[in-house]
Amino acid sequence: MSAGIPVQYFLILATVMFFAGVYGFLTRRNLITILMSVELILNSVNINFLAFNRYLYPHKMEGMFFSIFVIAVAACEAAVAIAIIINIYRRFTTINVEDVNEMKF
Amino acid sequence: MDILSLFVVIPVLTITAILFLKDMKQVRVVSAIGMGVQLVLAAVLIYMYLTARHSGNTDEMLFVKDYIWYKSLNIHYAIGVDGISVAMIGLTSIVVIAGIFASWEVEYLRREFFISLILLATGVFGFFISIDLFTMFLFYELAVIPMYLLIGIWGTGPKEYSAMKLTLMLMGGSALLLLGLLGIYFNSAPGGGQLTFNILEISKITIPIAAQRIFFPLTFVGFGVLGALFPFHTWSPDGHASAPTAVSMLHAGVLMKLGGYGAFRVAIFLMPEAAKELSWIFIILTATSVVYGAFGAIVQKDLKYINAYSSVSHCGLVLFAILMMNKTAMNGAVLQMISHGLMTALFFALIGMIYGRTHTRLISEMGGLMKVIPFLSVCYVIAGLASLGLPGLSGFVAEMTIFVGAFQHPEPFYRGVTILAVSSIVITAVYILRVVAILLLGPTTNDHFTHLPDAKWYEKISVVTLIGAVAAIGLAPLWLSNMIGISLQPIVTKILAITPF
Amino acid sequence: MTNFGYTIWIPLLPFLMFLLLGLAGNKLKAKLSGLLGTAGLAVITILSYFTAYKYFFGGENAEEGFQKIQAFNTVWLNLTDKLHIDLGILLDPISVMMLVVITTVSLMVHIYSLGYMKGEKGFERFFAFLSLFSFSMLGLVVATNIFQMYIFWELVGVSSFLLIGFYYTKPSAVRASKKAFIVTRFADLGFLIGILILSFNTKTFDFITLTDPSGPAFSQSTSAAFMGLSVMTWSMIFIFMGGVGKSAMFPFHVWLPDAMEGPTPVSALIHAATMVVAGVYLVARMFPIFSLTAPVALHVVAYVGAFSSLFAAIIACTQTDIKRVLAYSTMSQIGYMMLALGVSGYGGHEGLGYMASMFHLFTHAMFKALLFLGAGAIIHAVHSNDMTDMGGLRKYLPITHMTFLIACLTIAGIPPLSGFFSKDEILAAALHSNKLLFAVEYLVAGLTAFYMFRLYFSIFWGKDTHYHHTPHEAPFTMTIPLMILAVGSIVTGFIPFNELVTSDGKPFESELELMVAIPSVLVALFGIGFAYLLYFKTNGLPDKVAGFFKYGYKWAYNKFYIDEVYIFVTKQVIFRYISTPIAWFDRHVVDATMNLIASTTQNVSFRIRDFQSGQIQKYAFVFITGAVMLAILFIYFLN
Repeated sequence: MSAGIPVQYFLILATVMFFAGVYGFLTRRNLITILMSVELILNSVNINFLAFNRYLYPHKMEGMFFSIFVIAVAACEAAVAIAIIINIYRRFTTINVEDVNEMKF
Repeated sequence: MDILSLFVVIPVLTITAILFLKDMKQVRVVSAIGMGVQLVLAAVLIYMYLTARHSGNTDEMLFVKDYIWYKSLNIHYAIGVDGISVAMIGLTSIVVIAGIFASWEVEYLRREFFISLILLATGVFGFFISIDLFTMFLFYELAVIPMYLLIGIWGTGPKEYSAMKLTLMLMGGSALLLLGLLGIYFNSAPGGGQLTFNILEISKITIPIAAQRIFFPLTFVGFGVLGALFPFHTWSPDGHASAPTAVSMLHAGVLMKLGGYGAFRVAIFLMPEAAKELSWIFIILTATSVVYGAFGAIVQKDLKYINAYSSVSHCGLVLFAILMMNKTAMNGAVLQMISHGLMTALFFALIGMIYGRTHTRLISEMGGLMKVIPFLSVCYVIAGLASLGLPGLSGFVAEMTIFVGAFQHPEPFYRGVTILAVSSIVITAVYILRVVAILLLGPTTNDHFTHLPDAKWYEKISVVTLIGAVAAIGLAPLWLSNMIGISLQPIVTKILAITPF
Repeated sequence: MTNFGYTIWIPLLPFLMFLLLGLAGNKLKAKLSGLLGTAGLAVITILSYFTAYKYFFGGENAEEGFQKIQAFNTVWLNLTDKLHIDLGILLDPISVMMLVVITTVSLMVHIYSLGYMKGEKGFERFFAFLSLFSFSMLGLVVATNIFQMYIFWELVGVSSFLLIGFYYTKPSAVRASKKAFIVTRFADLGFLIGILILSFNTKTFDFITLTDPSGPAFSQSTSAAFMGLSVMTWSMIFIFMGGVGKSAMFPFHVWLPDAMEGPTPVSALIHAATMVVAGVYLVARMFPIFSLTAPVALHVVAYVGAFSSLFAAIIACTQTDIKRVLAYSTMSQIGYMMLALGVSGYGGHEGLGYMASMFHLFTHAMFKALLFLGAGAIIHAVHSNDMTDMGGLRKYLPITHMTFLIACLTIAGIPPLSGFFSKDEILAAALHSNKLLFAVEYLVAGLTAFYMFRLYFSIFWGKDTHYHHTPHEAPFTMTIPLMILAVGSIVTGFIPFNELVTSDGKPFESELELMVAIPSVLVALFGIGFAYLLYFKTNGLPDKVAGFFKYGYKWAYNKFYIDEVYIFVTKQVIFRYISTPIAWFDRHVVDATMNLIASTTQNVSFRIRDFQSGQIQKYAFVFITGAVMLAILFIYFLN
């Protein structure tokens, strides 16, 4: 199936995605984009799991299952995060993280 | 259940009962009952103590109980009392019950108020019965913490500021104290063996002098902060001024005594060599407290400030006498703690009641109250006379014991300082009479004050209890003085062993 | 020895009366509480007379003189192993004599007050305070040890405070009471220090041990010296300081004239007859120690007494408030007593001065109480204290007039009234010891006669003042005490004090010395004559005399500005230059230091709080940077 593609390609893709996610997480001020960046990081990890599973232990399924878990947890997390973001928006009419500092001394 | 643990258990039970009460009106009744039981218990304890001593029991501490509760550090719940602690417990229970009646009309968050108040009392009682340094420290902190809430929530004026200042300064003292206590703990077995926090066991060994030189000042200053040692006394005027009536009463009446008692029981008793060596420094500081506090009180305008400075002066005398390190002076110190506790509680109670009527504490705005509220005014005069050391009231007994005791010191320097401290009796008379003259006597100056109601029944209970105690000690001091004196004997013996007078 | 155990009731009964009237007084009828107080005092007066009779004429003391009897003693407070404060009853000639004086005058004042204070607000309070005073004063004189004396010393101080400030709504009375308390308190500080020094050196408070010539006080007399004087001298000087305050000697006399703000019966009892002689009594009580171990201190006593008597007599000549004139006269007479003690020796005829002092104390109590009560009757009738408002009162107040005249003659020292005898003994004692002091006392004797008759003539003779309503004689409750005291003033001079009250308890021979007596009577007559010239009829002479002395008169009229000095010391020095700076220092230095520590901590935390901005992204950046750096570290450097 993927015999012709070397594992490095997957890893490069994952690394690019991971650092794109990190960069986005650090620089973006919009909560939605921060959330998206986090998803990006999670997905880059998923790719790594799948790639290593396929290339190192082709007869086992742990990597696959782990990815499915991560996807499920990410979905929950996104739901909770978006719920919080919506509430924040209702409260402050903004989702810029720097403007949400009511609890800060 | 032994009798001493009851002193901690009953307040805790009272607090639990208050938590489950539905009706707010019952809160104060339940508190009064709980603390009334405590008062009876204190009377029983005094009786039991005297009977035990009478029947020839010469143990240093009576009713000793010991339970280990933290094995790896050898921390015990060890309790026991001697004549001094018994006297202090008696004082505490009288002041607490008077405080409960003085705060009968607290409206705002009544349940929480009484819980905090009784929690504070729990800490104080626990402190006096403990003979394990760590447990003692635990109760000490327990007594200090509710003070923040009580002043910060129910206080008047710049209450957050005062509460913060008071708590931080006392915590600073606690930090020094904890260092000192740990220092004692780690030096409690100089010859090897199990380290211990138990006072009785530590008192049997001699802590190395090098360690004493470090840890004596830490412990003494740590307790001294609470005992209003100059220059760490400034929490006292602000704290008292902002605190609600009952809290001022408990704080000045009882909590400040924790400082004196601790300095005596821990610092001097366990480290007499260093105390002997360094006493001259602290003698100067405490003598300064005595005179300085009295002069400071002369020009104050706020009743509570006057009393706070007067407390600095009187509590300074306690530490001063302890440092003289002879039996008479120490006896006087304990008497002074009790006497000052009662009469300053009386003062603060009366000030609170007067403030509740006139809504001002500035003496310049009041005048001629004797005609309007004779009961409270007469009581104020009695408190004033007790404070300036009139024979027949407790202040005289305590002060004279201190002065005579301090003057027996063999070194002329100490006798000279004693004369300086004695001169405070004149300054005390000046500020007391100044207040009495401006506040109570003369024509009634302010028209708003011509129809103030005199004391209500619960206020009378509060005040009469305290006056009764002050007069009882003043008229017949012998039994109390002897009870304390006998308990001082082991301490004096220990001191005499190092410095034969 | 005869059983004197019952004497415990002499001080105890007034105390119980005080508690009764003080606690339940407002529930009793005013009149009932007054009568109760008076009845209680009458009982102890009888007890005291009985005690005096039994003690002096019981017949058991004939040979070896009068002994000190400890009728009752109980430990009140243990101090050190040796020092303990006792409460007890010590009977010896002077304490028994004082019991008689106090109860007599106090009873007279009680009866008098029933009339004088009638209808006053706080009638029962007045009697409660009087009982408290009687209790304290009796406790003071029967003290078995010096600390008991100090206890009651303070208690008489406070009863004096309460009674001076009896009219507590009157600002001047409040001021006077405060002043009296604080000035005497300052003197008591000296007393207390004296006790401390004395007890430190002798290890006892007990009078019997202290005054025993083989006791510890005497073995100490040559020990450690400080600034050239022995320890005993210092302690005696300090103890005497207490006496100076209570007896209103210079320089602590300022409270006494102001104390006249109190009700007049109080002035008679406390500030004339009993409490103010406590200082004299103190010195007499400690006399063997003064005389045998601290002669320097005794000289101080003599000079303070002499100076005060002259000083007060001069001021008394210029004052117009009758009670103040009497107050200065009291001060002057107490100066006499102090002087007599100061020039006295110990034992036998040497102790003439001691005997004379006690004698004068006794007679003075009678005639000075009489003068004050008479003044009270006058004030009661005229409603004024100022003698310029009075004149020609002899027609309206015949009884008062007669008794007042007797008192004036007595104090002036006209024979055969009691003042003559006692003053003569004092002068004789002074003559044998110190000629300078003797001369001063002669001068004072003349001045005394002058100012007393100045008072007498201005009130009862002189101009016929027109009164708003006709003055009328006081009710019999007031006049009976006057008459009793007048009789007392006449007859007490014949009591043989030299056989009863002497320095060592043994009687000695004493005769009237004509060389002293005749000139002193002449001086007194001269003073009276001068007063007659000036004040018998209204004329311009007094103003001329005053103009002649001009500055001297002004100084004396303003009491030599001693009050101003006191005000300067208290208001300026203590308030402005000590207390205010201390209060400022406390707020702005000590407290500010604490606040500085707090604010420094706060500032530092504000500075470093940017490290914790609360922004997750910053934290994440740091975290990731760290993670990357760690990764680099592990991959490239730590392999």
